[in-house]
Amino acid sequence: MSKISDVFKNKKAFIAYLMGGDPNLAKTKEYILALAGAGADIIEIGMPFSDPIAEGEVIQAANLRAFASGATLDGLFGMTVSLKGEVAVPLMFMGYLNPIFNYGYDRFFARCAECGVCGVIIADLPFEEQGEVLEYSDRHGVELITLVAPTSAERVARVAKNAMGFVYLVSSLGVTGARSEITTDIGALVAEIRRYTDTPVAVGFGVHSPEQARRIRGQADGVIVGSAIVEIIREYGENAAGELERYVREMTEG
Amino acid sequence: MSARDNGNESSNEARKGRFGEFGGQYVPETLMQALSDLEAAYEEAKRDAGFTGELEFLLREYAGRPSRLYFAENMTKDLGGAKIYLKREDLNHTGSHKINNALGQALLAKRMGKTRVIAETGAGQHGVATATAAALLGMECEIFMGKEDTERQALNVYRMRLLGAEVHTVTSGTQTLKDAVNETMREWTRRVADTHYILGSCMGPHPFPTIVRDFQSVIGREAKAQILEKEGRLPAAVIACVGGGSNAIGSFYEFIGDKNVRLIGCEAAGEGLGKRNAATIASGRVGIFHGMKSYFCQDDAGQIAPVYSISAGLDYPGIGPEHALLHASGRAEYVAVTDDEAVEAFYYLSRLEGVIPAVESAHAVAHARKIAGAMPKDESVIICLSGRGDKDVAAIARYKGEDLHE
Repeated sequence: MSKISDVFKNKKAFIAYLMGGDPNLAKTKEYILALAGAGADIIEIGMPFSDPIAEGEVIQAANLRAFASGATLDGLFGMTVSLKGEVAVPLMFMGYLNPIFNYGYDRFFARCAECGVCGVIIADLPFEEQGEVLEYSDRHGVELITLVAPTSAERVARVAKNAMGFVYLVSSLGVTGARSEITTDIGALVAEIRRYTDTPVAVGFGVHSPEQARRIRGQADGVIVGSAIVEIIREYGENAAGELERYVREMTEG
Repeated sequence: MSARDNGNESSNEARKGRFGEFGGQYVPETLMQALSDLEAAYEEAKRDAGFTGELEFLLREYAGRPSRLYFAENMTKDLGGAKIYLKREDLNHTGSHKINNALGQALLAKRMGKTRVIAETGAGQHGVATATAAALLGMECEIFMGKEDTERQALNVYRMRLLGAEVHTVTSGTQTLKDAVNETMREWTRRVADTHYILGSCMGPHPFPTIVRDFQSVIGREAKAQILEKEGRLPAAVIACVGGGSNAIGSFYEFIGDKNVRLIGCEAAGEGLGKRNAATIASGRVGIFHGMKSYFCQDDAGQIAPVYSISAGLDYPGIGPEHALLHASGRAEYVAVTDDEAVEAFYYLSRLEGVIPAVESAHAVAHARKIAGAMPKDESVIICLSGRGDKDVAAIARYKGEDLHE
């Protein structure tokens, strides 16, 4: 078991996403502590990118705020290092491939390992292209999380069999962002994935309400929430900690 | 249409969808199955005489192919060197080479049972071609276009609407072609079952670079037969403008194996290298974006850079992966042409030959002006005149300080 998959051992996990550097890195650190303190089991930290093609408007705007605050990959690494000893839950990075390619794969994953980032999700690196980075992530013991979508069809078997940490099940078609209703048959997709792997399955994209979270907990091993958290940070700016704590408690109840 | 393997280095696709180290499929998981379905459908279609026959029929009877290879005698005399030939893609229906690919992909989409097509557009030429193909084949059509481009190409926006397409104005990012591609990809992830994305250039994830190249390679195949008939020998050079690079790869492909034919791609240097420009090979470096590994204009942190060109069609921070390989292997040359040079060539060709080129194509004309004079008179140069310039008249007038509005 890895530090990430351990999280799912005895409970349904709540995975919280926020954008690194939104509204600034000091606040990101404070909000990570707030989210973890209120019950988030894994924190995903967004690495800003100029052209986030898998994101809806809420996270696109967060990318721009992160750039405005001067966030860089090295800044993000510095922030996660400073969290060592302060936060017990696994930290992960989520973003796009080009800034990582540009940083250098070996250097990037080495820094992840040094700075306590135990998993990475790359939105534009599907299973078939993982060979691009796998040598380096493996070398440094960083888990590469793969995604399964409602459209994955015949690809589910291959993706699931090779999954690490957890399988990120994309709840719906389209980009990230709150949806009033998730129409995909999550239960059936989870069952399909479980035919091929024991790796836990967490569901994200569009999840924002406690009711949705409850339903997903009944069908999968974890719930991933991004845009709703990012929206709270947009609304409350530098004073979002209390609201984030309240939201996480609400989302993890019952 | 034929997609035969002509044994040249650029068709070495040992790794699926790769041109050397370039290419690949770097897209969100949601699109992977669609790409795989598209690849399978295309492989099947290109071997089906029913499909290729229908496309050939439409290209001939509807789009007006073959396009002429016109001997530009006035320009040849003026430059005093190699004979200049213009491959007149501007005479195609809808006024550019884009119709070759739009018809091919729309037919393919229909064959796959898709009822709706979406596309990005920069100058509007690909959007118009896609809207046209959709109208002809009775498909729903939605076009994504950057806000800045809808303003500088207002006439094309209306043209697309006239053809029954819905045009979405993209206000994210730099509001140009790159952002139109982002938004079209996002839309495709929203609705993929009944929708095909008619990507307009030889870029993006596999199999698009190969499909678009195959559909555009008709340009070079015709040009080769035409020049052999007129000159009895191959040209010394083939020159084309490059944004994503579809008219260039279409012009080059048939000549790749002819090592004595120089292949020259003309990128948009905008205000000049070192200033705002869109010359990817000259000022970019290797990266991974829009589904492909290739060259991109980017900053020190790997963020995609805002680019600039007077030409909306060349205003793109990347280049197709097959061009990346042709550059890396040294088979093709890529040169940078500024706004000023392109605008001068726009006037030059209009006045000398009575042909108003698209400002994109004017980049290729500008480079020919630089090199043809020094070449022997018994040699020839083919310029791909990828589109006509009617759409650019108002923008060029404004560039020259005249207050002309459409």
